[in-house]
This record gives sequence, structure tokens and C-alpha cells, in this order.
Amino acid sequence: MGNMQKDKMRVCSTTGLPVCLNAELFIKLNAVFGVVALLVGSVAAILLALTRWETVALLNPLGYYQVITLHGLNMLIFWILFMEMAILYFCSTTLLNSRNFSNALSWGQFGLMAIGMVAVEYSVLAGRASVTMTSYVPLEAKQEFYLGLILFAVGALLGVVNFFGGLYIAKRDKTYKGAIPLVVFGALAAAIIAVFTIVHGALVLIPTWLWSIGVLENPPDAAWYRLIWWGLGHCSQQINVCAMVAVWYFLATLTTGAKPLNQTVCRFAFLMYILFINLASAHHLLVDPGVGSAWKMWNTSYALYLAVLASMIHGFTVPASVEAAQRKKGIGGLFGWLTKAPWKDPGFAAFFLSLIIFGFGGGITGVTLGTHQINIIAHNTLRIPGHFHVTVAGGTSLAFMGLAYYVVPLIFRKEYPLRPLARLQPYIFGFGIVLMAIGMTLAGSLGVPRRHPDIDFTGARIAVDMGEAAPFLAMLGIGGTIAALGALIFVVLTVWAVFLGKTNKGRAMTSWQTPEQDRVTKSLMSSGWNPNEKGLKPKGTVVLTFIFLASFAVYYFSNWKALVDVWPVK
Amino acid sequence: MSIFNPPVKWLEAPHGYERVWIGIALAWCLVLSAAMPYWHFKGRQTSSGEAYAVTPADFDARVTRFVEANQVDTRSGLPVVQAPPGGDIYMIGKLWQWFPILKLKKGVEYRLHLSSFDYQHGFSLQPMNMNFQVLPGYDHVLTFTPAEAGEFHIICNEFCGGGHSTMTGLIIVEE
Repeated sequence: MGNMQKDKMRVCSTTGLPVCLNAELFIKLNAVFGVVALLVGSVAAILLALTRWETVALLNPLGYYQVITLHGLNMLIFWILFMEMAILYFCSTTLLNSRNFSNALSWGQFGLMAIGMVAVEYSVLAGRASVTMTSYVPLEAKQEFYLGLILFAVGALLGVVNFFGGLYIAKRDKTYKGAIPLVVFGALAAAIIAVFTIVHGALVLIPTWLWSIGVLENPPDAAWYRLIWWGLGHCSQQINVCAMVAVWYFLATLTTGAKPLNQTVCRFAFLMYILFINLASAHHLLVDPGVGSAWKMWNTSYALYLAVLASMIHGFTVPASVEAAQRKKGIGGLFGWLTKAPWKDPGFAAFFLSLIIFGFGGGITGVTLGTHQINIIAHNTLRIPGHFHVTVAGGTSLAFMGLAYYVVPLIFRKEYPLRPLARLQPYIFGFGIVLMAIGMTLAGSLGVPRRHPDIDFTGARIAVDMGEAAPFLAMLGIGGTIAALGALIFVVLTVWAVFLGKTNKGRAMTSWQTPEQDRVTKSLMSSGWNPNEKGLKPKGTVVLTFIFLASFAVYYFSNWKALVDVWPVK
Repeated sequence: MSIFNPPVKWLEAPHGYERVWIGIALAWCLVLSAAMPYWHFKGRQTSSGEAYAVTPADFDARVTRFVEANQVDTRSGLPVVQAPPGGDIYMIGKLWQWFPILKLKKGVEYRLHLSSFDYQHGFSLQPMNMNFQVLPGYDHVLTFTPAEAGEFHIICNEFCGGGHSTMTGLIIVEE
């Protein structure tokens, strides 16, 4: 069975799962750096929110561009990728009953990513790289900005290689029987996408770096840069989606005892993510010169929108598995499984809010804005951040926060302080993000641009006034501030728990749930029940998914209607 | 359990509600896929991406010739250029201005050539909220028809350095 040496492992006192101590070290290191990035990104978020809220208008334009660069990189790259590294270590060891593949590779992973992050933070904070996250050439940052990102990407690649090595030795040593667990399968999908994402990053950033140090005379071509950069920028969001869905399955099991209705369907959906993800990332180039209509339509949909289909499948199977588990516990009614769910468990609350916010917010807006022609009335307006804050913040980040409420007690073996505040935290963050995203979407529909400090265009030769958008920007400001405070509460509680929290070594973690909920969930997890039994039919999920489909159709077709009203153009 | 190994024989066809949902979702994805080609042939708004290679200096020279030949007025210190109806018209994004001001006729089709003299810019026509990407080295041609008369502002919605938020422009459409 397992291939861990006795002195390099422990058995988890809560779950009974084996924990590789080497992997545990790297889970801790990566998680700590991830949380540091979240801290920096959240402070930046408050400054941005209070700038776009016209009544406050905190930062001047130059400060705003600097802080938006800081925010984007910390939130979208550093926080999320460090967390994903932690997830890869966990999946290839504990869930496979196997040891960490190579400590040398792991130190390489962590060291390079840490150095890369520090270089980029320095560059941005010193005002040497106010180029926003995308750093579109011929805008130029100082060399350590590109070099830092390259080192960070190479580090991430080493982490992925270590993960593949982990899968290999587990298979070789027969540490498990049959197929890998679903959560590991999801992590594997994320890791495969990460490989071609990082290759795109190297392709685009290495020549840009060479230009920044004067080895190349000219910057890369602007259109080429956009095409390849989005191979990095968009595909990395697909890694996030994969990792988030894997976390959904993980937390659904841990907090309710859920079991996928059909393993084939879930795995097939992950496979579709790998195959039908937007390699070319056309969503970002839909109103670009040099690429034609046929190219844009094909690369937006790959003929069939099969990656969207995959998300719609997960969007059904995840809540359906929770519903079946709840029904198995004897909870009846159409929505009893939801009303009697463990909402005071921040792991469950974060997971389920993430599912709802990602699906209803991120999914619907993403497909609509990524439709070739509709993009004309959306490109680079605030509608775009309105979309990705409900995918990557309200979806992925919130799911990762939920994960932390279990990782800290189980891996760090420390208990969270101020538990009532921790229970509230996912709601504060989720509410703030949704309010902000709605404000952004409405302001963007009035034409308000993203990455722009104001709507009165102070100093412009031709005066423009978008004052009618002010109430929506106030929503953005208030929602963004609430969300950032929610994230900061998470950071403070987590840092407090890790460094000052009460240890739970040698005993089970203090459950987030009531003793009764805890007992039925644990007994369900240890019994071999079948989620497809008669009487467990997920009727409530069917109703939810039809509400989802109806919302999707209304939003989608009203955007086509809005497009009819603008000037003819081709 | 999704964290434990599945049964050794985990391959099975979807059934029940799950199967029905997959069918419905697939049908919806087909609708989404068909909508874009449908609009391509039946709709009146698209981004065909028509573009030609041009150096920033060459494009700037074309804009200058266009302005010299067609200028009718000056406003806010910028030339107002009335183009021949239905012809080729030019606009360049330059740190930090959309240049020149264009005067057009309602209901007439124009070929608008857009490019950048320096960084990437975002051509954002308000209040219709029509947005197109403008890149240095690319002459991006939009074939478009102003559908209403009035004054329409252009803002820049691609970050282009320190003066980005002051980069605006104007299109005047007459009956």
C-alpha cells in the first residue's frame, strides 16, 4: 500500500487520512505566500474601489494605474497560483496515500515562485512597472518585472512536474487501487492546462524581457503579443476553474458527505475542459484587427461550446450530489436539503456561495460577453471586470477560502479564533463581490471603461461626462470595499490561526458544524451508500438549473437586442 | 466520495435527471454556437478585423494628408475634417488624443481607418458604447454607417500610460 516512510508521515486525527510531512511543509509554505499576496491584493482593492467611487476619488491617475497593476498580479497570479500549488501537493500525496515526489523540485518550485513574486512586487511598488497586469507592448516595464514573472512561471512549472512525478510513483508503488479519486482527476486536468499556459507565458515574456534589457531592438508585435499573452492569461483562468470545481467536489464531500452521482460524467466534464479550452484565447481579441470573423467565431466556441457544456454539467452534478446526500440523511421537501444545509460551516457556505456566484454571475456573463458580435458593446468596458470578479473572486477565491477553513485545522493543525466572525466571512465577501460586480456591469453598459480612474475625464481637450454612471460606480465602491474587508477578515483570521491559534495536535479538529450535523455527515462518509438510490432524486437541483437556464437565456438574448440598436459596422 | 478512489468499474452512462440535463445543456450550447454564424449573415454589426500592415509614421503621414485635404474648421485646437461621403476616413490614436475630429453624414457608409502612433489604444464610441481595439502597426478598417445625427464622443479604453484618462475624441454627425 502506501509508500510513505513511517517517520515522514502522520495520520490525520480528524479524517484518518495519511499526511506526508514533506508535502505538508510545502502546502504550508505555499499557502502562507498565497495569503500574503491576498493581503497585498486586498489593500490594493480598497484603494481602487475608493478611487472609482466618484464621491471619494482617492487616488490620482498615476497612483491608480500603479495600484491596479499591484492588485491584478497579486490576486489573479500570486494568491491563486500559490494556493493551486498547495492543492497539487495535497492531491498527489494524501489523496493517493503516497509521498511527495521530490523535495529538490519542491524547493525549486517554491523558491522560484517566491523570488519571482518579490521581484514583481518591488518593481510595481517602486513605480517601475505601472503597465497593468497585461503589460501590453509597446508599453514598457523595467526588466525585473518580466524576469520576475518568468521565474514565477518556471517555478509553477516545476510544481506541476513534481505533481506528475507524484502521480507516477503512486501508480508505480500501487499505493491505491483502480482509478485516482475525482478531486485528484480535477487537479490533474488543471495541471495539464497549466503546462500549455506556462509555455505561452514563456513564449511571450522572454522576448519582451530581452527587449527590456536591450538585447532585442524592437518590442514584439502588438497583435502577436496579445494573441500569445492571452494564451497565458485566459488559460490560467481555466486552471482556476478546474481547481475551483475540484475544491467544490472536495468540500461537498467533507461538509455534507456528498458523493458524485456518476463518476464518468464528472470526469468526462473535466476532460472537456482540457480539450475545448480556448487555446487561442479569442475572447480577448474579438474586436481586434488582423483576425477575421471566421477565426473569431471558431475560436470562441470551438463549434460547440463544449467547455461551457462541461461547466453546465458540473453546475448540475455538484449541487445534485449534495442534495442526494442530504436526502439520504432523511431531509425531505423540494429545498429542505438547502434550508437544512450546514450554512454556519464556513467551508460549506464558501463552497455553495462560490457555486452560485460562479454559475449565475460568472458563467452567464462570460458566455455572453465572449460572443463574437456582442463583444462590440462590452470590450474593455467595466462589464469585463464585472464578469471576472464573479468568476475568479466570487468563484475561485471564495472556494479557496472555504478550503482554508479546513486546511488550517487539518494541515497546520491550528484552530481558527473568533469562530462567529469566520462563519460570517464568506457571506461578507460574497455579498461585496456581487454588489461590486453588478455596479461594474451596469456602469460598463453605459460605456464606462475599465482601468480608468474617473468618469469626468479631467484634463481632456474634448470634455466628456459620464455622470449618469455615478450611482453604479458608488455600488462598485461600496461593494468592493465590503469584499476587500471580507478578504482582510479572512487574512487576519487565517494568519492569527496559523501563528497564534490553539493547536489540535493529537485530536480531531473542532467541527464547524453542530454535533448532530457532524455525526450524520461522518456516518454517511463511512457507509457505502449509493447516491442513485430511489427516493434521493435531486428534484431541487433540477428546479435550480432551470432557473439558471432561464436567467441565462434572458441575459443572452437581451444583449443581442442591445446590439441591434447600435450603428451598423463590419 | 470524490476524495476516495471510485469503484474499480466506474465507467457508466449517465441516467435519470443527470442525463436529461446533459441533453438540455448540449441543446443550449448548439443555440449559442449557431447564433454567431446566424448574426454574421443576418445581423448588421460585426468585427471583421479587416486590417493592413502600416508603420506608425506612414499612417501618421496619411492622416496629415487627409486633414490637409479636407479640413473645414478648428475646435478645441483640433482640426475638424469633413470627409467626402462614402469615402475613406482616418483617425489616429496618439498620446493622448484621438486625432482629428471627424464630421460625417448620417446614413452614409464610411471606411474608417484606425491606427496608433505609439501604444495600444481602445476606440470606444459613446454613448452607443461601440468598442474596437487599435494597435500600432495595424491599419484597422471599420466599415460603418452613422445611424443618427449629433455629437459622439470617443474615449480611450485601453490603458496607454499616464495621460490615458484624458484621451478623448469627437465625431460629429449631420443630417
